[in-house]
Amino acid sequence: MPDMKEKFDQLQQVIAELKDQPGALMPVMQKAQGIFGCLPMDVQKVIAEGLGVTLSEVYGVATFYAQFTLEPSGKYIISVCLGTACYVKGAQKVLDKLSEVLEVPFGKTTADGLFTLNPTRCLGACGLAPVMTINDDVYGRLTPDDIPGIIAKYREKEQA
Amino acid sequence: MDIYRAHVLCCGGTGCTSSGSSQIIERFEEKIKEAGLEKEVKVIRTGCFGLCEAGPVVIVYPEGTFYSRIKVEDVDEIVTEHLLKGRKVQHLVYSDHATHEQNANKGLADINFYKHQHRLALRNCGVIDPENIDEYLAFDGYKALEKALTTMTREEVIDEILKSGLRGRGGGGFPTGLKWKFTYNSQADQKYVACNADEGDPGAFMDRSILEGDPHAVIEAMAIAGYAIGASEGYVYVRAEYPIAVKRLQIAIDQAKEYGLLGENIFGTGFNFNMFIRLGAGAFVCGEETALMRSIEGKRGEPTPRPPFPAVKGLFAKPTMLNNVETYANVPQIILNGADWFASMGTEKSKGTKVFALGGKINNTGLVEVEMGTPLRSIIYDIGGGIPNGKKFKAVQTGGPSGGCLPVELLDTPVDYDNLIAAGSMMGSGGMIVMDEDNCMVDIARFFLDFTVDESCGKCAPCRIGTRRMLEILERIVEGKGEEGDIEKLENLANTIKATALCGLGQTAPNPVLSTLKFFRHEYEAHIRDKKCPAHHCQKLLQYVITDKCRGCTACARICPAGAISGNVKEMHHIDTAKCLKCGACIEKCRFGAIIKV
Repeated sequence: MPDMKEKFDQLQQVIAELKDQPGALMPVMQKAQGIFGCLPMDVQKVIAEGLGVTLSEVYGVATFYAQFTLEPSGKYIISVCLGTACYVKGAQKVLDKLSEVLEVPFGKTTADGLFTLNPTRCLGACGLAPVMTINDDVYGRLTPDDIPGIIAKYREKEQA
Repeated sequence: MDIYRAHVLCCGGTGCTSSGSSQIIERFEEKIKEAGLEKEVKVIRTGCFGLCEAGPVVIVYPEGTFYSRIKVEDVDEIVTEHLLKGRKVQHLVYSDHATHEQNANKGLADINFYKHQHRLALRNCGVIDPENIDEYLAFDGYKALEKALTTMTREEVIDEILKSGLRGRGGGGFPTGLKWKFTYNSQADQKYVACNADEGDPGAFMDRSILEGDPHAVIEAMAIAGYAIGASEGYVYVRAEYPIAVKRLQIAIDQAKEYGLLGENIFGTGFNFNMFIRLGAGAFVCGEETALMRSIEGKRGEPTPRPPFPAVKGLFAKPTMLNNVETYANVPQIILNGADWFASMGTEKSKGTKVFALGGKINNTGLVEVEMGTPLRSIIYDIGGGIPNGKKFKAVQTGGPSGGCLPVELLDTPVDYDNLIAAGSMMGSGGMIVMDEDNCMVDIARFFLDFTVDESCGKCAPCRIGTRRMLEILERIVEGKGEEGDIEKLENLANTIKATALCGLGQTAPNPVLSTLKFFRHEYEAHIRDKKCPAHHCQKLLQYVITDKCRGCTACARICPAGAISGNVKEMHHIDTAKCLKCGACIEKCRFGAIIKV
């Protein structure tokens, strides 16, 4: 894991690379989130200074788009597809079950920092509906009964 | 070029990749090498085949054998049996849902799902390796660009598109040629061509599949558009949720540059064109053209009032021509084969074909492309294979959050822009979600409003406040707290929002409510007056009842988390509805089918 200083050096590099292209703010923020995992205030300040825009503009963009997050996410991000195809095939029940098993509301991270429950719009895997992803793993044709076992698998992996 | 005796085509679209096609491709390469066939058989990762339901999909040529739902473990058998010994692996061959026919000698074109399709925008998807420009070139790639640059004037190119009758495939259906002409007419030192790949309709994935399966078609079309309107730069705005599409598009741009098909002095004509990708960040409203351009500029994606239209003042305040991915995918074919050829397909006012993402309660989930004017019934039954589990069709939703739900009486509607609007829905980008008798139409309307409220950018009051009030009313209705007058309130709000919202997202947001009110008003009335959900979907309006099929086995009483079920052994049990949580655990546990929802 690179320490904070290294991360800020990386960010400065990204800013230097991109700042002359038109509309650089969002690409820089996307890269910054890749480096830090989220966009806390001190990162936003560096971006604002580096690109010569106001902090309010950076904050405005960060809070407008769903992809940007100001707080760190869990180690495993659970994205439950709530596209129409998944919804008509029962995605809501899968989501409710996850919320029950993880004991967190939608959009929040578990107290142990392990899971973030993230309802998402169409993942585009409608043939597998209802579908969810846990980081890069895809789970399709889900029923609520599948959920406890899947979550247990990740918890066991962490304890091991 | 190397000659191979057989080709193994494996779908590398998002759907099949999600169900493990990458591991299957690796395994094929490994096993083929082991068998010493690497000089005879080539494995190709293609774009989407369309029949996602059957994924992961593998096709072996020259026979054209169509294998479906392949697992990594199946690969060895295909290699040793089919590729080594020439014997097709019968039990892995695709089986038709409707007919249960499993015929190893049937090629793609003979399968019901493909037989009724007309693949134009998807012509190369599932056929070529999208990461290899040579394969695109072998299928007439960049010939249209060459033809336009070397034999046609800018005006002739625009005339050809105008004459073809091509209309915007992103939803609105605006004549594409007119857009080109308006931007051509604007005078400026710099103009831009832009591509809308911010496919936001939940349940639509045609643009992604085109970018994943045939990215060069979009690049070629944008270069042609750049030549026609006088632009030297193009921007593609893609959803960040589409990593495979972004990667392949970038590879394609780099290859086109390397081959001199993008960059300076293309085909020695002095025409320069460069392309850039910009990633979205998860905002539905950015599919609206003015919001999209603000987002490319790195700002909050809020729409701006029109006029000025983008053709006059768009990206970076310069004249900009924005088309969607599928629209572009048609352009090279039109330039190559001529406007008359394109206009010979479709209906009077909607020419060519349209791609639909067929999903929901349907046997063949996937991507289909049909000629404009094909009846809904043919798409859902002939191609889609009908409704699974013997359930009854209730409605088909088109146009996503801007569209509507059409009932069984309208199944014979020929699908084109104008017919769908006349029927109370719209084409939209091409999502087509089928619903059966178990889906509650009030809840579906609530689902779409929930989406719009979530995605409203908040700039104009009708959308920000109006859609939220509508959602609140719908939430009350599905919870059994609906009141007399709610329907009228919904209609009143809907019509006001339609008339006053700033952008297309707001103006069309009430459509799912209006269309369900038009065709399924009785369901709203049942919720409000009788406190019943006719589809037995809305939990709060359900009651669980034990019928006389009960044998008194006590299984339900033991599983009930609320202790709501009572009764003696071998006697009929009873549910205390006041205690019942309506979790459904008892229904799943009962072996006699004695518990029903009313």
